[in-house]
Amino acid sequence: MSGMRILIIEDDQEAANYLTKAFREAGHLAEWVGDGLEGYARASDGGYDVLVVDRMLPKMDGLSLIGGLRQQNIETPALIVSALGQVDDRVKGLRAGGDDYLAKPYAFSELLARVEVLARRKGGGAAPPTTLRVGDLELDRLSHKLTRNGKEITLQPREYRLLEYLMQNAGKVVTRTMLLENVWDYHFDPQTNVIDVHVSRLRSKIDKGFDAPVLHTVRGTGYMIRVSAR
Amino acid sequence: MSVLGKLFRTTAFKLSLGYLVAFAIGASVVMTWVSWNVGRLIDEQIGATIEAEINGLSEQYAQGGIRRLLDVVERRVRQPGASLYLVTNFQGQAITGNIKGLPPEVLLRPGVRETAYERVGEVEIDRRALARIFLLPGGFRLLVGRDLEDRESLRSVMGRALLTSLFWLVVIGAFGGLFVARRVLRRVEAISDSARTIMQGDLAQRLPLAGANDELDRLAGNLNEMLERIQELMAGVREVSDNIAHDLKTPLTRLRNRAEEALRSARDPKDYRIALEKMLEESEQLIRIFNALLTIARLEAGGERGEHAAFDLATCVRDVAELYEPLADEAGIDLVVETSGDSTVLGSRELAGQALANLIDNALKYAAPGPGLRGVVHVRVQRLGHGVEASVADNGPGIPAADRERVFGRFVRLESSRSRPGSGLGLSLVAAVASLHNGDVRIEDNEPGLRVVLVFPAAAGDAKKPDR
Repeated sequence: MSGMRILIIEDDQEAANYLTKAFREAGHLAEWVGDGLEGYARASDGGYDVLVVDRMLPKMDGLSLIGGLRQQNIETPALIVSALGQVDDRVKGLRAGGDDYLAKPYAFSELLARVEVLARRKGGGAAPPTTLRVGDLELDRLSHKLTRNGKEITLQPREYRLLEYLMQNAGKVVTRTMLLENVWDYHFDPQTNVIDVHVSRLRSKIDKGFDAPVLHTVRGTGYMIRVSAR
Repeated sequence: MSVLGKLFRTTAFKLSLGYLVAFAIGASVVMTWVSWNVGRLIDEQIGATIEAEINGLSEQYAQGGIRRLLDVVERRVRQPGASLYLVTNFQGQAITGNIKGLPPEVLLRPGVRETAYERVGEVEIDRRALARIFLLPGGFRLLVGRDLEDRESLRSVMGRALLTSLFWLVVIGAFGGLFVARRVLRRVEAISDSARTIMQGDLAQRLPLAGANDELDRLAGNLNEMLERIQELMAGVREVSDNIAHDLKTPLTRLRNRAEEALRSARDPKDYRIALEKMLEESEQLIRIFNALLTIARLEAGGERGEHAAFDLATCVRDVAELYEPLADEAGIDLVVETSGDSTVLGSRELAGQALANLIDNALKYAAPGPGLRGVVHVRVQRLGHGVEASVADNGPGIPAADRERVFGRFVRLESSRSRPGSGLGLSLVAAVASLHNGDVRIEDNEPGLRVVLVFPAAAGDAKKPDR
């Protein structure tokens, strides 16, 4: 994923420095502002692909900031990060116009994965394609039919949704919690490796018997569907 | 503040003082009224006596003229305890009688009046009398009166009695008030002394009871019960903080140890990488415990309500079971789901899902009954009366009856070795979710194994249909 412009609105300078550096290392352009009002002004000018907004900010809190932008029809995707990580808080955050919500403390890989997924989602604008393709893997979203190299593979309903989400975000890392949120619609932290088992089942269906795997494990973070480099 | 000052400020003393003033005013009013009435009665009697004498004398005058009248008067004057008499001619000069020194205007008009006088033969003694002046035919005037000494002395006796009794009333009342105040003050002081000791940290201390079962005792008793409750809660908090200390310090120590270990002995980047990855894992675990603790705390405080709406508990159970099904399959455990009846409940699907995930996760961990035996986890949803029950049962070792209540506590893990993964917070969260929904959670014997039953109140019949 190349060169997104990211605006970080965060009052903790150390955290912001870390994020800025980490985003740059991941190949993105990150800018930082330390308070809500300035963040609002900068975000209003537009030109950013994603906003990373802390919930509690000096001068203007994160939710008002996003609410204000949405009223001006500025639809830059916004990821809210907050120390408040409970169910009510995330519901409030999403209702205020946030596109995703991440509780502190978080792993940077989780933040990066979510930011990259957000940027693409808003970037498109066109109708979603009826067929998703990754290499020789082809998913027909109307008939729910999956073929690889022309060979049909049957999927359980949940496996279909899992694969659909992965293929929609092909080439990007998708974390376990993102899968639980988007495929199962639950936001709690799965205690054990429940998601891994689902993914490995899916993998055995789509990769078994083929030379080049498409469903990759990204160590310490999650999964990614892409055409193998080899 | 002096002891006396303290006494005077007590409510008991102020109350007694108030009563005393009210009582003194009441007593004065009553005694004044009585003495006024007695005086009036005496006046009436005197009036009647005078009336009778005048009638008698005017009869004598009518029968025998002025001579006879004078005879009778002179005779009566000489009798001991005689009334007062005076007869004057038409010029107002005294003819006979036993009084002198009347104010001149007294004799002018006939009628009854009170007047000062002097008795004939006495010197300068001020006396008062009630007198009636009667006009006789021929210009003579007849005065008959009675001395008012009796009435006056009665009045003064009554007045003295009033003052004396008021004095004693005030004295006894004040001392009584002080006595009562001191008794009450002493008990209140005892209570507040104990309260101070308790505030200084001795929570085991209790307020003293006098054994009288009066309002002070009842107050102290209630406060003691409150202290009992506070002590229990404090013990709970202490236990939790001990547990937190243990369960957070252990991974923190490991984290620190790994960092020190890496700094000391790692030789190449690969060693550092391994150490850092392990440290990340430890910190993940710490965050997880932290989040679970926070969630439970917010649920218990009732602040975290989630999205409350009608949802189908059976669907929620099937979703969560489906999430865990591959895991059960890998572990060689049968995960069986049975649902029946209308299972629409009002609440947070998210929180219910989390609670059920915890229960199924637990059941999968403990299901296997022994080597060679297949583990089975039964998940059942059924409508029972006004509730919808979701039960998760396994055929593992179960929990001894004695420990069944305990497992809902924070950080409670029954194997003391804590060898299996888990934070000991899973069931606490389930209990907190149940209580937030006004539901219930209980642990039963699955014979063999464990069954946890989570009860949600069913949504009212007119609630909107679940959208999932």
